Amino acid sequence: MTTQPTTPPGTFDARQVKQDFPILHQTIHGKPLTYLDSAASSQKPSVVIEALDAYYRASNANIHRGVYWLSERATALYDEAREKVARFINAPDARSCVFVRNATEALNLVAYSWGRANLGPGDTVVLTLLEHHSNIVPWQIITAERGATIRYVDIDDDGRLRLDQLDHYLRTERVKLVGVTHVANALGTINPVAEIAASAHAAGALVLVDGAQSVPHMPVDVQALDIDFLVFSGHKMLGPMGIGVLWGRREILEAMPPFLGGGDMIREVTTCGSTWADLPAKFEAGTPSVGDAVGLGAAIDYLTALGMDAVRAHEREIVAYALERLAQVPGITLYGPTGEDRAGVVSFTLDDIHPHDIASILDSEGVAIRAGHHCAQPLMDRLGVVATARASFYVYNSEEDVDRLADALQTVRRIFGPGA
Amino acid sequence: MADLYRENILDHYRNPRNYGTIENADISYEDSNPLCGDRVRIDMRIEDGKIVEIKFSGRGCAISQASASMLTEMVEGADLDEIRELSAQDILDELGVPISPARVKCALLGLKVLKSAAYGITDWPEH
Repeated sequence: MTTQPTTPPGTFDARQVKQDFPILHQTIHGKPLTYLDSAASSQKPSVVIEALDAYYRASNANIHRGVYWLSERATALYDEAREKVARFINAPDARSCVFVRNATEALNLVAYSWGRANLGPGDTVVLTLLEHHSNIVPWQIITAERGATIRYVDIDDDGRLRLDQLDHYLRTERVKLVGVTHVANALGTINPVAEIAASAHAAGALVLVDGAQSVPHMPVDVQALDIDFLVFSGHKMLGPMGIGVLWGRREILEAMPPFLGGGDMIREVTTCGSTWADLPAKFEAGTPSVGDAVGLGAAIDYLTALGMDAVRAHEREIVAYALERLAQVPGITLYGPTGEDRAGVVSFTLDDIHPHDIASILDSEGVAIRAGHHCAQPLMDRLGVVATARASFYVYNSEEDVDRLADALQTVRRIFGPGA
Repeated sequence: MADLYRENILDHYRNPRNYGTIENADISYEDSNPLCGDRVRIDMRIEDGKIVEIKFSGRGCAISQASASMLTEMVEGADLDEIRELSAQDILDELGVPISPARVKCALLGLKVLKSAAYGITDWPEH
C-alpha cells in the first residue's frame, strides 16, 4: 500500500491532488461537488481510508498488556503514529504527544488538569476575540471555579490582534497563561505566535496554542515557536474524525494531575488510592482510538509527501485569487486581513442576505460552504454581524472551485434581487 | 434550482405582512434560534379568546421571516384553542417548499413563538 500522493515532489497541482479524494468526485443536486468547508472538516485521501481498512482487517486488537502477536502489532502501530505526529510538529520527544479525541478535548484537558492545579484568585488567563468557543468555554468554567479572571485581547478593524492589549495585561496583571489560536477559524488571521510566546514568557506566563486551523495548513514547529502547549484535530488534516493531539512541554505535562481516570493511566491501584503512569499514558485513560491514530499517521505521511511548505504556498495563492475574484461580486463584504498573515479562509456577507440563505442557494449549486457564527460568537459581536458565510480551502481546491463559488454567488443575487 | 426560494417565500420576505409591534398588546413573546441568530417577536390583541390583531417583527433568514409573515395571516381572527392545535406540518404545508432538516428550525421559529405566547395566556384574566 502506498502512502505517496500521486503528485510528483516539487510540484503542486491541486487538480491532481483532488484525484486522491474519492468523495470529491460526485454530483450534488445534479452539480459537481465544490467542497469549500475544510476548516470545519477536511476530506480524506484514499490512502487514509485504506489505512483504516487495513488496520481493522489485519491489525486490530486492544493495545498494551496483550501478550499476543496481534496486540503487540496494534501497539506498535499506535506508537508509530505517535512518532509521526512528533516529527510533524518537531516535538522533542513523542511521549509528550498525547492522543485525544480532538482539539476541543485537548483544550479541556489543559483547562481541567493544568488550570485547576495552577489557577487561583488574582490570576488571569488571557484569551483573544479570535478564539473558537472551545478555547473560551473550558476557561470560563475553570476560572469561575478557581476564582481567576479571563481577559480578551481585541482585534483591529483588519482582524489582527491588538498586541498592545496583550502587553498591557502582561504588565498589569498576574497572567498565568495566554491561550491563542494560531489561525482564526472565522477570519483566517495568522497570529504572530512566536512573538506572543516571547512576550508571555518574559512575563512568566505559559502559552497554549490552538493549532486546529494551522497544523493542517502550514509547517508548525513547536520548538521554533517556543510555545508550551499545542492542540489540533486529525479530521481537519485529512485524517479520521475521533483523533486529536495535545502536545505539551514534557516537564509541564509531568507536573500536571491526570484529566480522566481509568485503565491504562495508572501505575498501581489499591483500595486506598492510585499512582499514575508515565507520559503519555497518564493522559490516555481507557481504550484509545488506535485505528484513527493509524489513519492520522497515514494523513501525516500524505501531507509530508506533498510538503507543508508547498501546501502553504498553494493556499496563499488560492486565497489571494479568491479575495480578488470575490471582491468583484457586487454587494459583498469580505472580512479579515489581506496580507501574508492570511490563511485559506474567506468570511463574507452579501448585501443583507442572511448567510444561511446564501449557503442554501450555494448548496443547490453543489457548492458546500459554512454559514453561521463559526463557534466564535464573541468575534461575531465584535464584527457587528450575527453570522457570516465562510469558504475555506485545502490541498484539493483549485481556482476552478473559487470560480464556481463566485458564479453561484451571482445566482444568490439573482434570486434575492437588487436591494434584497 | 433553489426550490426553497419560490416567489411566494421571497415575496413574504421582501414584503412581510403584519410587520411591526402593537402598543399595549395583550400578549407579546419573543424567541430566537441561537444557532443562526434568527429572531421573531409576536404581539397580539385578544378579544373573547380570539386574535383580533397580530403583528410580528424580527430579523433573520428569509425562511424564518417569511414563515412568520405567513403565520400571522393564517391565524388572524383564530381563537387561541385553534393556535394550540396548529402543528409543525401545518406550517410546512403552508410554506409548500421542501425544507431541509438543517432549515426546519428556521421555518418553525414563528410557530414556536406563537405557541409559547398562546400557552402563556392560560394565566390571562378572562375578558
